Amino acid sequence: MAAAIDTILQGVLLGGLYALFATGLSLSFGIMRMVNVAHGDLIILASYLAWVTVATLGMNAFAAALVVVPAMTVVGYGLQRYVLNPVLSDDPLPPLLVTFGLSVIIQNLLLEGFSADARGIDAGVIETASLALGGDLAVGWLPLLVFASAVAVIAGLELLLSRTPLGRAFRATSDDQTVAQLMGIDNRHLYAVAMALACAVTGIAGIYLAIRTTFGPMMGPSQLLFAFEAVIIGGMGSLWGTLAGGVLLGVSQSIGFRLDPGWGILTGHLAFLAVLVMRPQGLFARTRDA
Amino acid sequence: MKGTVVERATPLSRGFWLVATLLILVLAAAPWWLGRGELRLIAEFAYLIALAQMWNLLAGYGGMISIGQHAYVGIGAYALLILSLHAGVHPFLAVPVAGLVAAVMAAPLSRLVFVLKGPYFAIGTWVVADVLRLVMANVPALGGGSGESLTSVIVGVPAWEREAVIYWMALAAGVGLTMGMYLFLTFRHGLALTAIRDSEAASASLGVEVDRVKLLVYVASAAGLGLVGALIYLIKLRISPDAAFSIEWTVLMIFIVTIGGIGTIEGPIVGTAVYFLLRYLLADFGTWYLVVLGAVAVVVMLKAPKGIWGWVAHRYDLHLFPTRRRMRLGTKAEAAAAPALDTVANGAG
Repeated sequence: MAAAIDTILQGVLLGGLYALFATGLSLSFGIMRMVNVAHGDLIILASYLAWVTVATLGMNAFAAALVVVPAMTVVGYGLQRYVLNPVLSDDPLPPLLVTFGLSVIIQNLLLEGFSADARGIDAGVIETASLALGGDLAVGWLPLLVFASAVAVIAGLELLLSRTPLGRAFRATSDDQTVAQLMGIDNRHLYAVAMALACAVTGIAGIYLAIRTTFGPMMGPSQLLFAFEAVIIGGMGSLWGTLAGGVLLGVSQSIGFRLDPGWGILTGHLAFLAVLVMRPQGLFARTRDA
Repeated sequence: MKGTVVERATPLSRGFWLVATLLILVLAAAPWWLGRGELRLIAEFAYLIALAQMWNLLAGYGGMISIGQHAYVGIGAYALLILSLHAGVHPFLAVPVAGLVAAVMAAPLSRLVFVLKGPYFAIGTWVVADVLRLVMANVPALGGGSGESLTSVIVGVPAWEREAVIYWMALAAGVGLTMGMYLFLTFRHGLALTAIRDSEAASASLGVEVDRVKLLVYVASAAGLGLVGALIYLIKLRISPDAAFSIEWTVLMIFIVTIGGIGTIEGPIVGTAVYFLLRYLLADFGTWYLVVLGAVAVVVMLKAPKGIWGWVAHRYDLHLFPTRRRMRLGTKAEAAAAPALDTVANGAG
């Protein structure tokens, strides 16, 4: 019994990390109606940025966020403004292919720059410290912190979307791009701001990934798939849904890993496919989209 | 009154076909006058064209952009493994059968991925490919994560015969799938396909059975990829889930088609040539050729979205595989031969 509760608890907390992976993807889905295939590679890029920051400046792993998050924000703005905006249209093909190309470029540049060796960041005692919950149960402080960050990031973004003029502009563009433009919204700038936000969250996700586990240049695609699954399970256009999707994915993987170490990722994929077959619009869909 | 003639072929395309036929005949005789290394290189060229052509069929003509087509390369490879190593089928026969296996698998899998549209379809197909990879890695009878070697099934075939037959199969796959696609596009289904790519709603309203045509294309693409996948692993002789279901197959297909020209039959051939050239030029620099290839693909998408061939075709009005009908005024002789107003000449060559 304790083992079962433990499995689910670890899964829920792992879901927090997946929600952080997925939030950036969910934003660009929701606002630009675009899938960024390089999303996973941007997460890994952020992990390497964090690693370099810690290694060269001798900063604390968490303080590295002060460098990584602003840097990723700039990367996101530039990427959208100068590379992706020119290929956005009703045709989903060009942005997909451009981000696919970027994905391969980022992977191989990281491979050439940092070799294929696995890297990790040491964050000190928090990595192993845990909170005893009574019985045989305990949860690590790090997974708790990751989960709390995911909740905080999503709550912050929801507030931004529902209460601020910028959020209103985002929602208007998401509903109808053309009409929003007629109302005086500068799409090119707005999209770039959205991608900057998405990449800022990606920066946080990348730091946590680097602290939690070792990483290598080719790990991006797996992170993209996890993020994608969380978004689709949760339903497009709903950030809380994305959190729920991340949690469901995390729990499925955690159960799989408990059954057989070779099955973890597979059970996660199967849970995603099951949701796809039974409820294609996702569990908490808000926007309607093709 | 002078009649008009509607036709596909142009003088250039007729000339090209003559040269291409001669070239294929010369290449077919290559096992008698080329060494093993050169044969392998030509075989790789041919099967990459075939792979790219299958992705082109799906994305460039069917409008279905998949990032998970390596699923069918892997299925073909594993079909070859199971048929030849475990069921005793002759490996040469197992290659076309692997294509059939991929087609049979594609039908139920299409139900799953067709739930997703547009960009979501793209990533969904990738998940399916990853599922297949992980399933294969969990089957101990097929070697699990480390895979199995096929050397024992081919060792009985004399060396020259082995090299020659594999080479001919690769050549046949490259030429055959390119030609097959061309014929497919010039028939009714091809027209329906292009209509669907341009607008699903409009073509459905004109009576095109959208779902059926898309399924047909998806299955046809899978069959071609399965066959080529089996062929590739008959050359490599070592099958593991991580290699057979590797995203790299899809990376190659997408880059080759994007650079060469998506939605043209010439494009994948041009793209494969560019890929070989870059790989050759950057052979001493590790994976930099992939960085350059990716950068070229991105620049092509930004500056010339129709790819190299699309740009050439537009600029110089060149069509080696003409699929469009064009109208011109007929000559006196043609008008006399066919007194009716229009003479329809549908001949391809």
